Amino acid sequence: MKVLAAMSGGVDSAVAAARAVEAGHEVVGVHLALSRMPGTLRTGSRGCCTIEDSMDAQRAANVIGIPYYVWDFSERFKLEVVDDFINEYQAGRTPNPCMRCNERIKFAALLEKGLALGFDAVCTGHYASILTDDEGNLELHRSMALAKDQSYVLGVLTADQLKHSMFPLGHTASKDLIRAEAAERGLSVAAKPDSYDICFIPEGDTQDWLADRLGNTTGEIVDMQGNVLGEHKGAHGFTVGQRKGLQLGKPAVDGKPRYVLAVDVNTNKVVVGPQQALAVVELVGNKFTWCGKAYDNPEEFFAAHVQVRAHGEQVACQVAIVDGKMVIRCDEPIYGVAPGQTAVIYLGTRVLAQTTIDHTVSAVDSFSTASASISSSLDGAV
Amino acid sequence: MSVYLDYAATTPLRKEVFECYVEHLQTLGNPSSVHSSGQVVRRALEEARESLAHSVDCNRSEVIFTAGGTESDNLAIKGLFWQRVAEDSIRTVIISAATEHHASIDPMEWLEKHDGAEILWLPVNDQGIVDLAFLEQYLDSNHSKVALINLMWANNETGVITDIAKVVSLAKTFEIPVHSDAIAAFGHIPISFTDSGLASMSISAHKIGGPVGAGALIVSRATKLVSIIHGGGQERGMRSGTMNAPVAKAFALAAELAIAELSKEHSRLETLRDKLVQGVKEITPLARHTAELSPRMPHNAHFTFDGCSGDSLLFLLDQQGVCVSVGSACQAGVNGPSHVLVAMGRTDKQANGCIRMTLGLQSTEADVDAFLNALPKALDGALRAGMTG
Repeated sequence: MKVLAAMSGGVDSAVAAARAVEAGHEVVGVHLALSRMPGTLRTGSRGCCTIEDSMDAQRAANVIGIPYYVWDFSERFKLEVVDDFINEYQAGRTPNPCMRCNERIKFAALLEKGLALGFDAVCTGHYASILTDDEGNLELHRSMALAKDQSYVLGVLTADQLKHSMFPLGHTASKDLIRAEAAERGLSVAAKPDSYDICFIPEGDTQDWLADRLGNTTGEIVDMQGNVLGEHKGAHGFTVGQRKGLQLGKPAVDGKPRYVLAVDVNTNKVVVGPQQALAVVELVGNKFTWCGKAYDNPEEFFAAHVQVRAHGEQVACQVAIVDGKMVIRCDEPIYGVAPGQTAVIYLGTRVLAQTTIDHTVSAVDSFSTASASISSSLDGAV
Repeated sequence: MSVYLDYAATTPLRKEVFECYVEHLQTLGNPSSVHSSGQVVRRALEEARESLAHSVDCNRSEVIFTAGGTESDNLAIKGLFWQRVAEDSIRTVIISAATEHHASIDPMEWLEKHDGAEILWLPVNDQGIVDLAFLEQYLDSNHSKVALINLMWANNETGVITDIAKVVSLAKTFEIPVHSDAIAAFGHIPISFTDSGLASMSISAHKIGGPVGAGALIVSRATKLVSIIHGGGQERGMRSGTMNAPVAKAFALAAELAIAELSKEHSRLETLRDKLVQGVKEITPLARHTAELSPRMPHNAHFTFDGCSGDSLLFLLDQQGVCVSVGSACQAGVNGPSHVLVAMGRTDKQANGCIRMTLGLQSTEADVDAFLNALPKALDGALRAGMTG
């Protein structure tokens, strides 16, 4: 196959490209330029957007012995990922930009361009596996290295995208093995630190970065009864489930910590309350996609697991498609789920589907005594 | 074996130049040393200076050797600006155009940001021609504020030639120094520094069959400028650092050979270039030949292709063994929209879909044919890929 290896400049994508070559594919390395104003050197734990990263990718391609190009996706990245990130926060939601990047850049814009230019597949260094079922359908599974598993952020891939995707690291038991292999292959990125932060936020401070773009409008921090407890400098700085940074002078009556329960951008209010009020038993997503083959008869509730964060725990649940929406009923409450987050559905290790959460239902009935507007906020109507 | 159509990026080192370079690399001596070893190398350096002065048509003491074109432009722009401001503090305006090379744009913008310079960007029309009537009008009423004028002799991307004689004649009335980046022009079209009346002019060796890392700033005897590098005071005090005789020798020989063959190569390459341009037009109606109505360099063909991205075209041509260039490559190898085309009024999308073919000494008809044969497949794929990204 002709394979386009997306090379970020990190160790994972470099080893993935090398493995694709070893598997006998004709491989071309490509680095995605996602910013028109890249920094010179990598800082902190960002991992793909500086000139240094581009040079690392080029050196890796040279060592592996494959052609290397830089393709400019900066305009598309700004529109599809950065602007989406800002808009979602502005709407009081909590987006996952890595997921958007996979959905709209790596396995959409890059894949489309690759296919048009004569390639058969895009290869990346994600920790996930593609397996084939008895009928020959492709399935996305968690990686063998569970601690590094990235199947969550690939949950957006459709059957057609899976056909043109290659994840050569999925069958490796740990990242340490990948680093050792990189060193053995003479790749200088073998010891390069992992990246964690959002790649387009240079200083790593999301709140400051958002404040620069959305401004700071002072608003009220209220409890579930609507009592004003304090002030904030911009509702977009808060995420459901957040405990730190509330800066409330008075302790709660019960002396327990308070958490952000809802962010209401319309009233610019941040609602806080006890941890129990964060418990959610049902998640609803208006739009969803199947990752590979769709579930047979999904209109009836079936048992599965749901994961709502990239490195979060999975929780047992019942899932069904009701009136065209994906409804996820958790067997036990999950905490701090914000609209805008992605819920990925697993059947065993297989990624079955994903949906962006539009609406959540609180687990705690006793809190429905709260005022109407706040209880609607708690039900996720934010 | 790849087909190389990117002579404006760099050229193959001429065999004679390589041999001359290697020979002088083996000679021991620092040209500034007083003893006989030093004198041997000094002699080689001064022979090179004299030879290069002959090729440029200037006085030998007007040749300041540098490590390349970017350094030459920086020395000229910053050096002239600081000199002029020191003489008269109200002279803070640098007149230039947005079609200049980044080696010029960036030092000007640095001066604007850090040193109180104001840049007047002259209007440029869709054919890449700088508006000299505007310049004339501006100078009439604002000449006392002007530090220098900086306009390139020929554009490195589009090949458009500036009417330097006209620029200098306008500036001369008010005794305003003019710097010109002649890196894309020198060795390809006739240039006389003395006749030009320029204050300074940048040239580079690797664009004419010489080695990379060799440049010169030609500075007229009447021109003073502040150095940007301080040390031993070599090169009229304008460029301190041990002088590089082997590189100077190689540069001088490359220039001598280029000038000797200029007339013959000019017409040969122009004929080849015209064949290439005609060929492209016959292949696709999507091709827009850049600055077709302007005076242009004989070895440069520049096109935009509606609906194609330069990244895709370059990749697909490269896959077929043909090396061309897109936009202006920055250090990460990212090909953003060409700032030159944007300055000429093209949209970002149009400016993203350009490719430049530049010919040179070893270019043949077979190279042009190979490019024309590879182009349809590349266009087909690039159109399918569209403007993705």
